[in-house]
Amino acid sequence: MASEAELRLRDRLSKLSRMRLLGGTRLSGELKRLQEQLQRVTAEPSGAEIWEKVELARDEDRPYALDYVERLIEDWIELHGDRGRADDAAVVTGVGRFRGRAVVLIGNQKGRDLKDRIHRNYGMANPEGYRKAMRAMELAERHGFPILSLVDIPGAYPGVAAEQHGQGGAIARSQAMLARLHIPIVACVIGEGGSGGAIATAVADQVLMQENAIYTVISPEGAASILWRDAGEKQKAAAAFKPDAVHCLELGVIDSIVPEPPGGAHLDHDEAARLLGASLEAALEELEPIPGDELRRRRRAKFRTIGMVRAAAR
Amino acid sequence: MEKFDVSIEHRHAPEPDGAKPHPNTCPKCGSHYRDDELDANLRVCPHCEHHFPVRAPVRIQQLADPGSFVEEAVDLRSDDPLGFFDQRPYTERLAEAEVSTGLGEAMVIGRASIEGRACELAVMDFSFMGGSMGRVVGEKFALACESASEQGIPLVAVTASGGARMQEAILSLMQLPKTVCAVEDLYDGGGSMLNVLAHPTTGGVLASFASLGDVMVAEPGTLMSFAGPRVVESVTREKLPEDFGRAEPNYRFGHLDAIVPRRELKAFVSRFLRVFGNGQ
Repeated sequence: MASEAELRLRDRLSKLSRMRLLGGTRLSGELKRLQEQLQRVTAEPSGAEIWEKVELARDEDRPYALDYVERLIEDWIELHGDRGRADDAAVVTGVGRFRGRAVVLIGNQKGRDLKDRIHRNYGMANPEGYRKAMRAMELAERHGFPILSLVDIPGAYPGVAAEQHGQGGAIARSQAMLARLHIPIVACVIGEGGSGGAIATAVADQVLMQENAIYTVISPEGAASILWRDAGEKQKAAAAFKPDAVHCLELGVIDSIVPEPPGGAHLDHDEAARLLGASLEAALEELEPIPGDELRRRRRAKFRTIGMVRAAAR
Repeated sequence: MEKFDVSIEHRHAPEPDGAKPHPNTCPKCGSHYRDDELDANLRVCPHCEHHFPVRAPVRIQQLADPGSFVEEAVDLRSDDPLGFFDQRPYTERLAEAEVSTGLGEAMVIGRASIEGRACELAVMDFSFMGGSMGRVVGEKFALACESASEQGIPLVAVTASGGARMQEAILSLMQLPKTVCAVEDLYDGGGSMLNVLAHPTTGGVLASFASLGDVMVAEPGTLMSFAGPRVVESVTREKLPEDFGRAEPNYRFGHLDAIVPRRELKAFVSRFLRVFGNGQ
């Protein structure tokens, strides 16, 4: 008799195998992994396994946006400042060449050592950061450059000044601008996809996610302290929120999973960049032939229908 | 340092000492009223002008011409896509909210006329799970945008929300781009939107459609911060200003077009409709 765990795995496998393959490799890698899991008749990612992803996504040695810029973008010119008030170091923007084409890159940036971490505000963006990103988006639209957005943010910064300078409105307007553009947009969650702070730069034609990244509406710690009234229940919260890439793919929140080197991206930055580069290029090549109006229409239609409720009267 | 998520806010309006006073006792001046007394004054404290929360059906009654409101998407109900269980099953919370509020979800949409001018209304109700935005709220708002667009009438969105609905996890985050895209489609079709922010409008709702109106106003005292005061305090360990995130400083900092007392709201909305209503 098939165990419940096996049935669940078979169900997920059949869902995954129906999904459109992007470039062919990533999803099939995921399929292979699931098939192996099925052979072992192990359970669905347990709370412990999901927690492992949370820790990998936050690993201090994990490559950050600028590590990928260094390895993937030629002729990089970083753009600083929102032209209004400040330069938010938690968001990097710039132009450069990616595999033969000019692109705009927007990324969240955490710091490597303590000094850098403080400078980057632990990767938590202020409204100035989103305004800087919007400036880069405008530039991209003006010149027809595609946008690559690397998402890695624990959450938008919850500070007094951030509120005074319009954090909520900045996040809303950043999404609205992405919804207006006529150019290809590819986003990839490369670490933490933390809530509104992440979606602000992730309204993309193709949303990718690295194997060990997480994408959540609230951090496990925050969820635990609100829903369980105990921050110590973070593992339980993580299990309930299912922030891992496989679950996000099943829910239709992302389009494909980007593989990482064995053991995680932190163990081999070069290989992680190679794998990410291949995925970004495949996504761009798929989008580039599509006319701008059609791109925009499809982008909006996609977000209009993600996880849509069936009109089911109870 | 601790990393806190910032887009999910309180599910309840902040109570200074955690205690829940009687709903008809003014938290500002301590005056106590009967229901009919408060209703007669649009649920504003006659003594100190504190604006009490307004349930969605009452708000519609206050704004729309009598008998003009026709509700849409009445039957839309949330399901439980993740089998979410915190301390209780999500389905149980939904059922309880429906019974206690008499509403199917935290947003009511429909067509109405205000001082004789047609508009589409999307009104949130904080009593339904803290006015949190899950897939049904996102869908209803998108439907309201489409309905406004099809009829060529302005959309008036009255918000009161703690943010994204945690029990729908990542799918509730997806309601931010969904509602933003719906607004963009509305604008591309020549439509218009007025945002009226009621206390509190925070988190994911503030960070999506509630910030994108052609005109954006709030009721006095409305908390309209992306991150809630408790989150900000615990992350920054700063002493917060007393009016942190309220409509008044937001107006000073340039994030609002006006603060409109409830008594003047209907007149304001109808002025908006006269300007944006295509001369109907």
